[in-house]
This record gives sequence, structure tokens and C-alpha cells, in this order.
Amino acid sequence: MTQPILTGKNLVKRYGKVTALDHCDFELYPGEILAVIGDNGAGKSSLIKALSGAVVPDAGEVFLEGEQVKFHSPIDARAAGIETVYQTLAMSPALSIADNMFMGREIRKEGFMGKYLKQLDKKKMEDFARQKLSDLGLMTIQNINQAVETLSGGQRQGVAVARAAAFGSKVIILDEPTAALGVKESRRVLELILDVRSRGIPIILISHNMPHVFEVADRIHVHRLGKRLCVIDPKDYTMSDAVAFMTGAKEAPVQ
Amino acid sequence: MTDSQSYEDVVKDKGETQFAQFEDERKGFLGTVQHTLHVNPALVPLIILVTAIALFGMLLGQRFFSAGTLTLILQQVQIVGVLAAAQTLVILTAGIDLSVGALAVLCTVIMGQFTFRYGLPAELSLLIGLCFGALVGAMNGFLVSRVKIPPFITTLGMWQIVLASTYLFSRNETLRSSQLREEAPSLLFLGNKVSIGGANFTFGVILMILIVVALAYALRSTAWGRHVYAVGDDPEAAQLAGVNVHKTLMSVYILTGLICAVAGWVMIGRFSSVSPSASTGVIGNIQSITAVVIGGISLFGGRGSIYGAFFGAMIVGVFEMGLRMAGADPQWTFMLIGMLIIGAVGLDQWIRKVSA
Ligand SMILES: Nc1ncnc2c1ncn2[C@@H]1O[C@H](COP(=O)(O)OP(=O)(O)O)[C@@H](O)[C@H]1O
Ligand SMILES: [Mg+2]
Repeated sequence: MTQPILTGKNLVKRYGKVTALDHCDFELYPGEILAVIGDNGAGKSSLIKALSGAVVPDAGEVFLEGEQVKFHSPIDARAAGIETVYQTLAMSPALSIADNMFMGREIRKEGFMGKYLKQLDKKKMEDFARQKLSDLGLMTIQNINQAVETLSGGQRQGVAVARAAAFGSKVIILDEPTAALGVKESRRVLELILDVRSRGIPIILISHNMPHVFEVADRIHVHRLGKRLCVIDPKDYTMSDAVAFMTGAKEAPVQ
Repeated sequence: MTDSQSYEDVVKDKGETQFAQFEDERKGFLGTVQHTLHVNPALVPLIILVTAIALFGMLLGQRFFSAGTLTLILQQVQIVGVLAAAQTLVILTAGIDLSVGALAVLCTVIMGQFTFRYGLPAELSLLIGLCFGALVGAMNGFLVSRVKIPPFITTLGMWQIVLASTYLFSRNETLRSSQLREEAPSLLFLGNKVSIGGANFTFGVILMILIVVALAYALRSTAWGRHVYAVGDDPEAAQLAGVNVHKTLMSVYILTGLICAVAGWVMIGRFSSVSPSASTGVIGNIQSITAVVIGGISLFGGRGSIYGAFFGAMIVGVFEMGLRMAGADPQWTFMLIGMLIIGAVGLDQWIRKVSA
């Protein structure tokens, strides 16, 4: 078997008395879409936060392409090519779409103004943001400077997904990216996920939507009580099997 | 958008169609006003300022509406104006700084006493004063960002500490104009003025305007500025989005401390003296917060323009001057300022409703 691109070993994360991650293992292989499913509070978000530097695990190790990595903030993970859409979206509501897309990786103007006065190249960033959003079918051209807070929930999610897809180079993590989306917008995001995979970039998709999961996932990581219960192939099991595993109604298959 | 039955067809046939357009749904005149203010938060204080100048101009004629009087107002607000610029930075990060005025006064005492008591060259004392301001700012920033003490409490404590240090260190000693003029003219540098026609611009006024313009540029056109807004808006989101929240907060508080020290230098020029009991130490914080709030900057952070704070400081100055010239009881100034503060915050609540 090939080497996983992203590995978690024995990850532990506690919040006071709550153990959100209980010696959890995780593997993501090159070029695949890995769905992570599990009940609310199972620790799915905690898992991807530990992988993306948003939280530092209390114990356990993370490996990227076989090398151990220690991310202390999302900035570290981003620099390593891991891009995440968090469940909370991580947007600054009062700032514009373009500002949000480039938060923490702003482009400066060339020449004197950029070098010495650190002036941002707003036009370049706006054009790029506009392009990425229209790729997603999420945008009419004139509104890229609109504050994010004036967008609907679905539109905000679209912007967050576009941001991750635009900048992720090694791994893209999506935590419930279609939760606030309508039918058509969800379809767009699924197409985008498939498109990202066809560019060779693996994706971790957390979702509650079983039809979506079974449509796009290559493998399904079933998360239960803070750890990986099993990994299943969507071709071998039905959606109700998957739900039964994650709720504990059915014994997990022996791996 | 409502034709959900055929959504699969839409997606398949018209893959390029934009089906989630970013339409502006707020309609009508009020909606337009709300949107305009949302985009240009300094517009309201500017309108109030221009209206106030026009009204007093009509009421008092040439006596008020002259280059001399209007630039005198600038001179009267220069200290509060610089402090308000510093205060704006902290308030944009959803903080508040109660120590600004006291820190400015302590910096004047340091600049003065290092020159006269320790015999350092005035320029060096000035530099030490500026560094000291930045250092106190760094302490505030560290307490807020790392130790997680709320900004109000941190700076309430720092205000008292700085105020007490001022009296202890100065031994309650005032440095007089004649002393300064003879032995430390560079401390008085910002009191010099250029006159164009009847207009008198002190260097302190010019420096205040330069600070406001420079900060406006940095806040609007640099990554640092975008990060300041993002941190004030939602620090957790900013952190997840890749902003170094701690570094941003530290830079804001250090810069605020430095600008307070500059305000101290402006003070020496304005009063031609160094006095540990200058009223700025006690009311400078409230004056600067008043200017910032009237200027339409949200106390909840992340919203507003530094020009608003400048206009806010000017509005207070225009009211004071205009009402005094009109012979009104000075209490009317406080009455009007009080109403403006409440009005401005009410307006902010309304503007922020676009996010609903
Ligand atoms: N920041 C936090 N503080 C305290 N408890 C938390 C925090 N984040 C998550 N938890 C707890 O950890 C557990 C796992 O949460 P989470 O990872 O969000 O699960 P999921 O994403 O699968 O719904 C839950 O019991 C949740 O309440
Ligand atoms: Mg979750």
C-alpha cells in the first residue's frame, strides 16, 4: 500500500473533563476523498483541528508525507499546504469577500509602494477572488467588496470553500461544507470537491449528508466516541449500515 | 432560485449559470442610507462637523468663521486628537485604553526630568520618553493578549499606576516655560507654528494630521490594518483564518503607547511647560473615547474609520469654541456631547444590523 499523505497516531485532546479525542488514529491517502462521519459530539471537528493546527493535541503525533509535523497554529498548517474550511467558517463579518479570501496571505504591490509602504494590491486580490468565486458559480462580478456579513449563510460557506480550494496545495479539509447550502449550491461544492481530487489533491470531507458522502467518498472513516471505529468502502456498505455503525446500533466490521 | 424540481437539469444543462447571485436585498431609501454608512462610517461625524461649523458660522459670523478661529480650534484639539488616534487602534481591536492620557503626561515628565534632573540632551530624553510610551503599551498588550486580562481592567490598573508614577517620579515639580526655552527648545518644537494668511498651524497640529493620515493608510491599505480589523471583528475566526492575533494585538498596544508619548511631546509644545498635574492625565482617556465614539467607531471592535475619530475630536472642539463665543453656559457643551455620544452608539447599533 502507498504511504499516507496525512497520518494521525494516538491523538488525544481533552477539554476539561470531556475527552474529545481518545487515542485516535487517522490516515489520508494521496488523491482520495476521505469522508469522516460520526454523531454530533463524536469528535470529528476536534480531529481535523488537531490535524490542521487549530488545536495542539495533548498527546499523539501527526505526520505529513511521512515526516512528523508539529503545528502550533493554522498558519503553520497552511504553510505546509493544508487548507481547512472550519465548521464556523472563520470569516471576519465586517470585512469584504476579497479581504477574507486573502486574510493572512495578502498580496502586496510591486515596487516602492509595496516594498517600503507595504501597500496591498487590492486589484490583484479582487480579480483573483472574483475568478475563484465565479469558478464556483457563486458570484456576480460587481460585488467582491461586499462585507461578508451581508451574505447569506450559503454564500458565506461558498466563499470559505472557494478560499480553501484556491490555496490548498497538499490537503484540503472541509468540515461540514454543505450544512448551510441549498440543493444547487451543495451540488456545486460536490463538483468542486471532485474537481479538486482530479487535480490530485486529497480531501477530508466531514458531512452528515449520507447521499453526498456515498456519492463522492473513496473511503469512509467512521468516528465514534472520540476515535476511529472503522474505515469502510462505500461500495461494500449501504447508507443505513454506515449510520448504524456511527450510532452504535451495529457492530463495526472487523478490519 | 425557486425551481427546485429541475435543479439537476439546471446544473447539468447550464453549468455556467450563476444561481447564487450576491444580490443586495435591502431596498428603499433607509436601506441605501444604512448601506452607505456601513461602507463609510466616518460620514456621519463629517456631516455633523460641517453642519456645526456652518451653524456657528451663521450665528457668530466672521468672529467664528475665520481662518484664525478655525485653526485655533485645531490647536485646542491637537492633544485629544492624537490621543484619539491612539485610542482608535485599541478600540478597533474591541479593546479600550484608559491609560492613554496619564501615559502622555508621564512621558512629558520623563522627557523633562531626564533633561533637567539627569542632564541628558533634550533630544535623547525625547527619545527615551517615546520608547517608554511604547514599553508601557507593550505591557498593556502583553497583559491583554497573553495573560488575558480584559483591556478595561488592564488599562484601569495601568492608568492608576502611571498616574501615581507621574507624581512620585516628578516629585510634583513643574518645569516652566523659561527653563524649557533656554535649555531644551527641542521639547517645545511642536509649539512652533506656520502662519498662512490668518491661519496658524502649530507643528503639533500638523503632526496630528500626519498621524491620522498615516494610520488611515496603514489601516486601509496594508495587511496589518486588515488584521487589526479582523482581530476586532472576531479573534477566533481571525486566528483560524491565519492571522497572528497575539502579534497583531501587541503591535496595536505598542503603537498606541508610542502615540501617547507623541501626544506628550505635543502637550509640552502646547502648554510650554511640563506639569505632572496636567488635566489630561485624569480626563484624557474619557476625552479620547468620546471623540472615538462620536466618530462612529464601534466599541464592539472591527468597525469604523480613524478619520471619524479625528472628526469626533473636532466636533467637540467646535462645540466648545462656538458655544463659548455665543456666550452660552459651558454646561451646554457637555449636554450636547452627551447626546451625541448616545446618538452615535445608537446609530452604530443600527448600522451593524446589516449583518442580521
Ligand atoms: N473548545 C471546546 N471547549 C470545550 N469542549 C469542547 C470544545 N470543542 C469541542 N468540545 C467538546 O468535545 C466534544 C467533541 O466535539 P467536536 O469535535 O466538535 O465533535 P463533532 O465535530 O463530531 O460534533 C464535544 O463533547 C464537545 O462538546
Ligand atoms: Mg463538528
